[in-house]
Amino acid sequence: MTEQVSQKNLATVEQAQQLGLRIEEFEKIKEILGRTPNFTELSVYSVMWSEHCSYKNSIVWLKTLPKEGDKMLAKAGEENAGLIDIGDGLACAFKIESHNHPSALEPYQGAATGVGGINRDIFSMGARPIAQLNSLRFGNINHERTKWLVKGVVKGIGDYGNAFGIPTVGGEVYFDDCYQINPLVNAMSVGIAKVGKTVSAIAEGVGNPVYIYGSSTGKDGIHGAAFASKDITEDSAKDLPSVQVGDPFWEKLILEATMELLETDGVVGMQDMGAAGITCSTSEMSAKSGTGMKVWLDKVPMRQADMKDWEILLSESQERMLVVVRKGFEKQFEQIFEKWDLTYAQIGEVTDTARVQYYMHGELVADIPGESLVLGGGAPVYHREYEEPTYLKEIAKFDIQTISDVFIEKAINQNQKSAVEVAKALATHPNICSRNWIYNQYDSMVGTINQSTNAPSDAAVVKVKGARKSIAMTVDCNSRYIYADPFKGAMIAVSEAARNIVCSGGDPAAVTNCLNFGNPYNKEVYWQFVHAIKGMGEACKRFDTPVTGGNVSFYNQSSDNDAVFPTPTIGMVGLVDASKPHMTLDFKNVGDTIYLLGQSQNDIASSQYLVSQHGVQYSPAPYFNLEEEYALQQAVKKAIANNSLLSAHDCSEGGLFIALLESAMYRGLGFDIVKSDESLRNDAFLFGEAQSRVVVSVNTAHAANLEQIIAGLGVSFQKIGTVTSGDLRINGVSFGTIQDYKTPYQTALTNYLA
Amino acid sequence: MKVGVVIFPGSNCDQDAVYAFQHEFSCEVVTLWHKDHDLQGVDLVFLPGGFSYGDYLRSGAIARFSPIMQNVIEFAGKGGLVFGVCNGFQVLCESGLLPGALLRNTSVKFNCQNVFIKPQTNNSLITNQLDLNKALKIPIAHGEGRFYCDEQTLASLKTNDQILFTYCNEQGIVTPESNPNGSLENIAGICNHTRNVFGMMPHPERAVDADLYNTDGRGLFESVLQLASASR
Amino acid sequence: MKFKAAITIMPHDALLDPQGKAVTGSMKNIGLPSIQNVRVGKHITLELEAANETEAKQSVDNACTKLLANMIMERYEFTLTQQS
Repeated sequence: MTEQVSQKNLATVEQAQQLGLRIEEFEKIKEILGRTPNFTELSVYSVMWSEHCSYKNSIVWLKTLPKEGDKMLAKAGEENAGLIDIGDGLACAFKIESHNHPSALEPYQGAATGVGGINRDIFSMGARPIAQLNSLRFGNINHERTKWLVKGVVKGIGDYGNAFGIPTVGGEVYFDDCYQINPLVNAMSVGIAKVGKTVSAIAEGVGNPVYIYGSSTGKDGIHGAAFASKDITEDSAKDLPSVQVGDPFWEKLILEATMELLETDGVVGMQDMGAAGITCSTSEMSAKSGTGMKVWLDKVPMRQADMKDWEILLSESQERMLVVVRKGFEKQFEQIFEKWDLTYAQIGEVTDTARVQYYMHGELVADIPGESLVLGGGAPVYHREYEEPTYLKEIAKFDIQTISDVFIEKAINQNQKSAVEVAKALATHPNICSRNWIYNQYDSMVGTINQSTNAPSDAAVVKVKGARKSIAMTVDCNSRYIYADPFKGAMIAVSEAARNIVCSGGDPAAVTNCLNFGNPYNKEVYWQFVHAIKGMGEACKRFDTPVTGGNVSFYNQSSDNDAVFPTPTIGMVGLVDASKPHMTLDFKNVGDTIYLLGQSQNDIASSQYLVSQHGVQYSPAPYFNLEEEYALQQAVKKAIANNSLLSAHDCSEGGLFIALLESAMYRGLGFDIVKSDESLRNDAFLFGEAQSRVVVSVNTAHAANLEQIIAGLGVSFQKIGTVTSGDLRINGVSFGTIQDYKTPYQTALTNYLA
Repeated sequence: MKVGVVIFPGSNCDQDAVYAFQHEFSCEVVTLWHKDHDLQGVDLVFLPGGFSYGDYLRSGAIARFSPIMQNVIEFAGKGGLVFGVCNGFQVLCESGLLPGALLRNTSVKFNCQNVFIKPQTNNSLITNQLDLNKALKIPIAHGEGRFYCDEQTLASLKTNDQILFTYCNEQGIVTPESNPNGSLENIAGICNHTRNVFGMMPHPERAVDADLYNTDGRGLFESVLQLASASR
Repeated sequence: MKFKAAITIMPHDALLDPQGKAVTGSMKNIGLPSIQNVRVGKHITLELEAANETEAKQSVDNACTKLLANMIMERYEFTLTQQS
């Protein structure tokens, strides 16, 4: 006898639309079920077929990214996070994820729950998180709302990450008007697991019990569905939290309990509950195993009374996990939950029906083929149209000749700015100055693995305890470059991440990405998306850094009409041979020789200098050539391997001058350099952001040795000067002392935010 | 020597302490679970950093009533050695084993950075091997680390030589600018008047591993081991 | 006229209150397991000058909605007493 699913509240096409489904999607649901869904079933489809869960508008292109690599232990999208082999029987799990929209509404909780979610993704795979990074974008720093957002987001990330007890070791933050309405908050977590001891999000073994554990379930995150349900009253609307509250303390207990569960042989599969909560975890896990699942919703521990079946299904209450337990291990598991004082309940069991069946007080309230809900199964896949954005024509018009160069010695005409003044302005620019105000609010040293605290490097380097190796990690994305040229800009983002890892003595291994774009139904936005993916794929192939997964965030709008700059943030990890100290970015001794590896270009396009000093909003992406970049990185690697370098620091925002300044500042040293190429513009030499350039310092006695190593590698290099005890000199002209820059550089952000 | 590291729910520097005692100083280390009542015959109880019970209400306020703390209080009362760092220091103050309280930083922000501290006396378990003229670079990581006590208590801390560390600059000079959290008279660490209970906000266990390029914290551990072996 | 306001700010009932939850859990450690549903808020007092009670109420409401309480996460109530 087949059980009859509840026919109360049959859904209408209007409800489907209110839930964000399209008319043809509603028809497809009816076709799949062979009947009209009830409201609960419709709610389940609406969340599973949402952009967030189904990747329906992005998956076609995501599939073109390189996924193969000899270190890969899991293919992209197969697991909750990427997983690579790092040797010694250890695996590294890592992923980046966005929490943009919640952070725009309530920055503190939005950012905090973002940190919570990404860490659960890591430990639900059986990896213990060891380090966190984040990538943030805000609007104009002079606006009060921006300051409120920055303070809230930073405190949210700090309070959650600090209490959870995993160090925040790196990150990036940019300010630009395009993020005024819609800030970006991307959080990354990196964890370590034993190879062969990782867990998948699967539900195998008919009859195996399914447990929920962690926190209890409230009416969080069900707004859309609640309003579509039509039975909302003013009173019930009041009980609907519009934000979710994170509890890092509880998450820490869940982490430790999860690690203990994994020491038993009783874990069949596990998934954390993020978007679409119980719905997503139960349907994805059973669909992946081709099994089914019965779930008794009334058994779910609830925080609020009188919750409806669909409210329980859709709730996004934080700090909850779903685990499929091997039969016979129930008692042992319950003891572990109780040891850690966690709320838990058995809420279902694995079946062989290939359907997810949800019950409420004995009544079957939803009965759906699991496969029909998920990405790769029945979830819709769309090919979106795209067309070249019109603004690119504005960008193509840029002519460097219209920008008057800065002067170093003396001005030739009165339009020229002084290089010293520009240097001082850039050192305190919000996109360049020290991030101490932010960074000091994060515990960067808990876990006693952060090797970059006392030996600063372009990428964060963390020690893997119990193995003679370290992992370098970084997040990078200059979205202005991507706006100017999505294809080239995305290649630059990948290249910069790889360059940061190489400059830290590491070997780039793999990538996770967080793709923040505007509305995918806007053809110009989609053009940006497609071309950014193509560029990213191209660069990832060159560096042999497969994309292990990540997250797509669409609908990031700067106003009703405009999207934010396309911001495909690259998170990259690399391995560092720990048999010697990692490479650092700081100059070491007075008198050391400074080289610039890579070629200076007559290029100031899309530089912070051009935007902030000349007010030019439209210019192309800076000079970049993938093969030159690759060759440069090989040269840096070789020089480091030969112990030739004392420091290495890449040129990025602010160009050569800022790179030199940052290298000099750590030890209070200075530099005396010469621009020998007369044909080169001063501004391009000092502040241009042409890619593929690295500032290195060497002991002068070993300079010839370095030149010998690099010669023949097809990389241009140039001896540009020496390290001084604190004076800054360019072409013999004094640019002041390092002290003139240090305090302004370090306090600029504090002053902006005051 | 046998060290017991207490694990409260929300402790997160417990494994760092275990690692330091075990790997860097070859001590026998056991962990003490907050729900237990057994100190397992340890020579030293170490209360680690973290956010015990989420640090909700007040840092250390809830941890102070956990089952194991009743035994730690009893152990300290009999002269047993107890050392708390960061959240451990907060728990010791809340439980009355150390005088004073740790208030929110004057910046009202969590603050994690390297700071310099200067040992004020050699007359303690954790400072006996330290050079009183040398500033140590030790990290802090706290939001509530502003040491406060009333004048009378401060006077007795001074009279009894109970101030162990003060925040200073790199040159070892105690200045207002080098005070990272607004602590009274730059106080970073103290002991009780019977000199068997010790607390400090900076994390010496984060400065012992040469792989992290700062080993300024080793002297504190060496002091502990020196005194412990001397008392055998 | 001078008024004194005593404001109580509480997390919305429907929201998780992590702090209250942790405090509830600790009640058994101090032998009071019967205590349940602890929720932790803030109490704020302030003084103000206003022409009358209505105006005073308005000012306090403004202070609460704009700064003292986060209306997304918290609700508030207050009592006003006239000082002079």
